[in-house]
Amino acid sequence: MSALVLSRLQFALTAMFHILWPVLTIGLSLFLVLNESLWLRTRDPDYYRHARFWAKLFILNFGIGVASGVPLEFEFGTNWAPFARAMGNFFGNILGFEGAMAFMLEAGFLGIMLFGWRRVAPKIHLFATVMVALGASFSAFWIMVANSWMQSPAGGIMRGGRFIVTSYTQAIFNPYTLWSVGHMWFACLETSLLVIGALSAYYIYRGQARSFFLKSLKLVILAGLVVAPLQIFLGDGSGRVVFHYQPAKGAALEGHWHTNPRGQGASWALVAWPSQQAQKNLWAIKIPDLLSLLATHRITGRVIGLKSIPRRNQPPLLPLIFYAFRLMVLIGFYVFGLMLWSLWLWWRKALHPDQVDRHRLWLKAWIAALPLGYVAVECGWIVREVGRQPWIVNGILRTSAGVSHLAPGTVTFSLLGYLLLYGVLFVTFGVFFRRIIHQGPDLGLIPPPLHPAHPIDTTASGTPPHPLDEP
Amino acid sequence: MTAATALLENIWFGLIGVILALYVVLDGFTLGVGMLSLFSPTEERRAILMGTLGSVWDANETWLVLLGGALFGAFPVAYALLLHALYLPVIFMLFGMILRASSFEFREHANNKRFWNIAFAGSSLLIAVSQGLALGSVLGGIPSRNGHFTGSVWIWWAPFPAIVALGVTAGYALLGATYLILRTEGIIQTTARRAAFWLALLTLFVAAVVTVWTPIIYPHVAHKWFTTPSLYFIAPLPFLALCAFGILLHALHREREILPFTATVVIFLTSFSGLAISLYPALVPPSLTLQAAASSPLTLVFMLAGIGLLLPIMLVYNGYQYLVFRGKVRSGSYSH
Ligand code: HDD
Ligand code: HEM
Ligand code: HEM
Repeated sequence: MSALVLSRLQFALTAMFHILWPVLTIGLSLFLVLNESLWLRTRDPDYYRHARFWAKLFILNFGIGVASGVPLEFEFGTNWAPFARAMGNFFGNILGFEGAMAFMLEAGFLGIMLFGWRRVAPKIHLFATVMVALGASFSAFWIMVANSWMQSPAGGIMRGGRFIVTSYTQAIFNPYTLWSVGHMWFACLETSLLVIGALSAYYIYRGQARSFFLKSLKLVILAGLVVAPLQIFLGDGSGRVVFHYQPAKGAALEGHWHTNPRGQGASWALVAWPSQQAQKNLWAIKIPDLLSLLATHRITGRVIGLKSIPRRNQPPLLPLIFYAFRLMVLIGFYVFGLMLWSLWLWWRKALHPDQVDRHRLWLKAWIAALPLGYVAVECGWIVREVGRQPWIVNGILRTSAGVSHLAPGTVTFSLLGYLLLYGVLFVTFGVFFRRIIHQGPDLGLIPPPLHPAHPIDTTASGTPPHPLDEP
Repeated sequence: MTAATALLENIWFGLIGVILALYVVLDGFTLGVGMLSLFSPTEERRAILMGTLGSVWDANETWLVLLGGALFGAFPVAYALLLHALYLPVIFMLFGMILRASSFEFREHANNKRFWNIAFAGSSLLIAVSQGLALGSVLGGIPSRNGHFTGSVWIWWAPFPAIVALGVTAGYALLGATYLILRTEGIIQTTARRAAFWLALLTLFVAAVVTVWTPIIYPHVAHKWFTTPSLYFIAPLPFLALCAFGILLHALHREREILPFTATVVIFLTSFSGLAISLYPALVPPSLTLQAAASSPLTLVFMLAGIGLLLPIMLVYNGYQYLVFRGKVRSGSYSH
């Protein structure tokens, strides 16, 4: 295999592994903020216990997120040096911002959030948690800015083979940014809601701490009722910018070959098997006019087909893109349906500790949803990144021109190393995840005093008791 | 090139230097404690060592992420050239970082901690050695034309990078040992003090070898060192470093708690400034200059507003975190 293919495989592996963790970090940190605030407001110790319980999962997950994020930061230089040199003016700048505004903030307050419960006052602790959550979400913002710019580069010119920024506003708020940031951030929320909801449902299903976990499940349902439909809306918007700025990707994700003539709608393929070789769908089940409606919101809107695009500019792996997209959309609607079902049961007063376990099927539907957010996220990224090919920066730099000149053996070595390490990490995470879930929450945990008689001692004469903190 | 552009490039050279120095000192002691943890005879004592790191290791490592981003944005050509040329040491370092971060978390949960203990200490060692190899290769010069790498990815496989790697590893271990003197007491502190003494001697020895060897085999460095005006900047540094060594040994002998760490930091900073001055105005020796590596002035200004201005704030909240967790670590149960 060539170094190009190997480097692409390596990027795919490392990025697809990395993204498994931040989605939960981002969503869960916000959930921790919510629980901590609720505890401070209502004084109900259950919210404190929730915060402590979910924080265990948070930290396990966070560690792997960092471990897998650092390699990505350097991979642009190791494997994509010509790309880094040409695009660093903007792209590198944005990664620098991410480091300064997101990661430093997150890391700078993480210690206090995790170990500081008895070292700082509750309000300061809440502040630290807010900063961690803010840092995590900033990170999503900046990295999506960088990636959106690769999809629709704007705000600069190419000079001497290098991209020079002329307008930061245009480059940062390029046509993709708002839709992509929104869709990604909501993906983080939705995935986390599914994880929290599924685990809560699992405990309820087993009859463990029912009223405790009904609290979290209800919070999840309330949030999900807003997030799930909005996510479908944001997905639709993301799709429309794709059809506008990356018609080849748009056509690929719908298996659409022939540009529809004026005055006639393009039909939408429910299922199909697009073939690069034959330059057509080998078979398809189609619904008339629907594609025009989806892509342009007009019944006869023009949608460019793959046939109108030179073959060397068409994305590869068409069936992968096509079905990844469908799976993501399916999940989007499943989750929305699940939220409506939950609302209905709530309405019927079934979400009550004595009632709830009669709805076993509904609980199972929740438990089954645990991995769905992750699947949708991976699918979405496949659509986005494979669909961007053969460009590394859409329309400006080809992937084949962006790759470092390395011997295939060198890249094989690193690729296998990542495969091995990530395999071990994944399995080990599974083992410890199960252990945390098995242990369950500590329902006897006593919260720290809200108004300590003496301000909590971190100072002066006696050094405070270490470590930190468990009563 | 206007004077304003040159000024911007120099400011960024300085800022990158500051971030790198912060990283080297902060993660240096983290890595040092990690390596020393291998020699802990009991799980209890090891847990205390880990306890000294729990609240800060992530923040310390993040300086490297910031360094990567800042270098990528301010000097993209250098970022691309260095990472491409140092592919293998960088990959080793990254493998080390993956293992370190995960074993730190996993050992908390594991019943059988042995495997994760070794992984944690071993990955710390791997990171230190790879960084030393990378540094040694850079000092030796990275061949390039128009910013494109023209050498082999094996340039780090040579005696000079190896000795630099030994020095960096010993230096990190020294930082770790002196940090432990600061944060622990009793038997652990005594052990750390003894380790610090031998590590100081080893570091001094390797530093002397490198200092003598470098100008002999690398004419561009010799030229720098023995001509004015750079001579004036460089000459005081070895002197300062030697003083700091003297103070360090004395402080160890007198069983001081804070001074050994401070003196070690001074040794690091002087060696570091010496290197920076030796290289300047080459960003990547021998041929890639600041000017050729830099982004456009607009980018440099924008980054200055976004990162440079934030740097003091980062220092404040990082400092606050250290303040909250200051004091001796007495037992290691780091319950999350
Ligand atoms: C919980 C996760 C999740 C769910 C339920 C959905 N998506 Fe999504 N989607 C993502 C998670 C995601 C993502 C992983 O976050 C992506 C990848 C990159 C991005 O910006 O968002 C994405 C990308 C993405 C793209 C590609 C954008 C591009 O290539 O530039 C399109 C067209 C859609 N989505 C459309 C949809 C539609 C119509 C959905 C309706 C039901 C939907 N998504 C649900
Ligand atoms: C974390 C979620 C992400 C996932 C799962 C992901 C997935 C992928 C995949 C599957 C590829 C290989 C495409 C191919 O070669 O066919 C790829 C390539 C790439 N992606 Fe992403 N990506 C993610 C985020 C990003 C972000 C945020 C950026 C930029 C900031 C980025 C930049 C790149 C680059 C530079 C390549 C290599 C060049 C190329 O193949 O075009 N990716 N990614
Ligand atoms: C492919 C491009 C990407 C790169 C280069 C990258 C880089 C990094 C780095 C260097 C870290 C470690 C930071 C630290 O030391 O604290 C990290 C962690 C993180 N990344 Fe990524 N990342 C990428 C994709 C993404 C995406 C798409 C998202 C968001 C949606 C994201 C969100 C996060 C978050 C929230 C963390 C904090 C740690 C964690 O959540 O587990 N990253 N990333």
